[in-house]
Amino acid sequence: MSAPTTERPDGGAPRRGDPILSVRGLEKHFPIKGGGLLKRTVGAVRAVDDIDLDLYPGEVLGLVGESGCGKSTTGRAILNLQPATAGSVVFQGREIVGLDRKQMRPLRRDIQLVFQDPYASLNPRLPVFDIVAEPLVIHGLTTSNAELRSRVRELVETVGLNPEHTNRYPAEFSGGQRQRIGIARALALQPKVLVLDEPVSALDVSIQAGVINLLEDLKNSLGLSYLFIAHDLSVVRHISDRVAVMYLGRIVEIAERDELFDRPAHPYTQALLSAIPLPDPRRERARQRIIITGDVPSPANPPSGCRFRTRCQKFANVLTDDQRQQCITVDPALEDRGAGHLNACHYAEAMSVL
Amino acid sequence: MSTPGTSGPASSSSGATSTGTLSRGRTQSLPGFDASAPLLQVTDLNVRFPSEDGQVHAVRGVDYTLRSGEVLGIVGESGSGKSVTSLAVMGLLPASARVSGSVKYRGQELLGQSDRSMSRIRGKGVSMIFQDPMTSLDPVYKVGAQIEETLRIHDRSLSSRAAESRAVELLELVGIPNAADRVRSYPHEFSGGMRQRVVIAIAMANQPEVIIADEPTTALDVTVQAQILEVLQTALQETGAAMVMITHDLGVVAGIADRVLVMYAGRPVELGSVEDIYYEPRMPYTLGLLGSLPRLDAPTRERLTPITGAPPSLLNMPPGCPFAPRCPLHIAACDEAEPPLFQVGSGHAAACIRTEEVERAHGSAAEVFSETSTDAVLAGEALPADLAIGADAGDAVAGDDPPPGQTEPGADAGGDTGSLISPHRGTTDGDRA
Repeated sequence: MSAPTTERPDGGAPRRGDPILSVRGLEKHFPIKGGGLLKRTVGAVRAVDDIDLDLYPGEVLGLVGESGCGKSTTGRAILNLQPATAGSVVFQGREIVGLDRKQMRPLRRDIQLVFQDPYASLNPRLPVFDIVAEPLVIHGLTTSNAELRSRVRELVETVGLNPEHTNRYPAEFSGGQRQRIGIARALALQPKVLVLDEPVSALDVSIQAGVINLLEDLKNSLGLSYLFIAHDLSVVRHISDRVAVMYLGRIVEIAERDELFDRPAHPYTQALLSAIPLPDPRRERARQRIIITGDVPSPANPPSGCRFRTRCQKFANVLTDDQRQQCITVDPALEDRGAGHLNACHYAEAMSVL
Repeated sequence: MSTPGTSGPASSSSGATSTGTLSRGRTQSLPGFDASAPLLQVTDLNVRFPSEDGQVHAVRGVDYTLRSGEVLGIVGESGSGKSVTSLAVMGLLPASARVSGSVKYRGQELLGQSDRSMSRIRGKGVSMIFQDPMTSLDPVYKVGAQIEETLRIHDRSLSSRAAESRAVELLELVGIPNAADRVRSYPHEFSGGMRQRVVIAIAMANQPEVIIADEPTTALDVTVQAQILEVLQTALQETGAAMVMITHDLGVVAGIADRVLVMYAGRPVELGSVEDIYYEPRMPYTLGLLGSLPRLDAPTRERLTPITGAPPSLLNMPPGCPFAPRCPLHIAACDEAEPPLFQVGSGHAAACIRTEEVERAHGSAAEVFSETSTDAVLAGEALPADLAIGADAGDAVAGDDPPPGQTEPGADAGGDTGSLISPHRGTTDGDRA
């Protein structure tokens, strides 16, 4: 890696060295096939459309957005599980985009994924021991059975499960425990980066808290970096160092955690934060809510100019016709517009909404 | 919400859209019901489901009274019986369910009524909003037809033209643009949020006195959730109905409810005003639930206080408090008998024999829950050094690890590798429902 990159998509705050994972211009389009005999491609769902991200060692980068904004697809494209349409993903100086499965295999040791649904991501026919041991066996990392056993045992203990229960099947565990098994499996290869795709969304709050604490402890003690994909902004605020907000395949705002939550500048971030109910009756009832209308437009045919303008309160109620022209015709770039961090709104204005 | 009760005049004072105002006034009791009796009174409701392994006692003695015009929030985690309770009230449980106790609507017993007589009450006296708007509408009928059906089933004299114009009116009220055109759309032409608006329109079509909303926003994105919560508020203002709001989201309840009922393992464990529950909880479970929530408005990164373990199986429950195995204040007396709801303040009751200890915490979960060391590992930073990056995988042979079980559960957290094993035993065993 060369010295600090010239265009860093972050708030410009001091960074610890070079990014471990660097994403530039990432695009993932899914073709829409016509109904005819030839199944010609008639369009594309632009699920991820030109995004830049940097993940630094030891950092948790939260990636938030509503369903369909492309956050999970981003995670999968970064891992090359769904090959990117365009762009570059550089992991520790090595380009990932375009590698085939065989070339990816050694890299998989360093970058692992934890899935959302602990009921679907574990093979129901394998005992927990085999599930956790599988990556070690595939990568040939242990030389004897005894070593494999002790390593699995250690992993299972690390995530807070009883190693005596490794002969049991996933069905015998609760959701929180299954998610811990999924985390143990991801840790088996001693990765440097974990991509966590909604890791606690399927869990009840009292269980969720335990898994979040576990993830924080693992990060601190193992020096991991997380790309934490979630729709729950409370969880993201809790665990992340920096947060990127996605809307319709684009990053619309990215900043240090407190900066983003205390001084959001993009109207979408503001609406998103203001929509979340606080578990505090007095504060919740005293809040002024920004309610955005309508639903997310189709990513197959995004609006011209700014993608958020069709639902934007500012566009609808504040801007003059001349200013609106700018929103309709010019796609706002992600840059610092005086708010102290990067956002993609022509008329960004930092404002507290919590 | 403090909307006036059912006795209010027909004029609607809310500032809803001019076209959307209901033309037929506010909710009224059904003829043949005693308007002076409590709106909805649930007493000792029990629901059992037979299963291969024995009876699953899903709801174990639920009592509550819904007052006119109030919003009662029922919160609890999955499996706490909150949805089954409301399905029992509506008479919608499968025939195999064994329901006992009493559910009275305006003085009249609903349990044991025939489906035919329940149909008179459903939608008109008590209506329901379900969680999933994708499945609660019939895909083969236009949304207008589904609203009109609800209207005409309770009012045979209503002409189809009048029903349609009222359907349009209802759609406008719930915020569907171009309602006059959209009334002829099919559900699949609507997004999730729009469908839930249609479901709300159907639920309020006949000005019911009670609306039961079972996780009405859980399937929706937050920005859409905010829209739907606003529509629900409008619906309540327009009809003057009381609402039972069932949810697991403590944020939603904080915003909308007047009183809150917390359920655990099929039973109410705490009941109080929304301020009592959030600021002065008395049941350790409520306290733990609030403490385990990451806060959007928290400036510092405080550590979460999880509740260890998992809810008990509702199959063959042991005697004693069902929360005892997860409770940091657990004492021997807790295992003797299941505590009833004790009065702990005006309109505030909690099912716990140690409410005084909880009171001392004044809503700080960390104070109570940190006393337990069952979660010590999660609280400490100790992890095996050989798992750290850079360590050779070969070094991981745990020859000098103490065998699990030698260290006592509850060993100190700040320790070394060995203390990793035992404290988690608590989590593990408890988690295994």
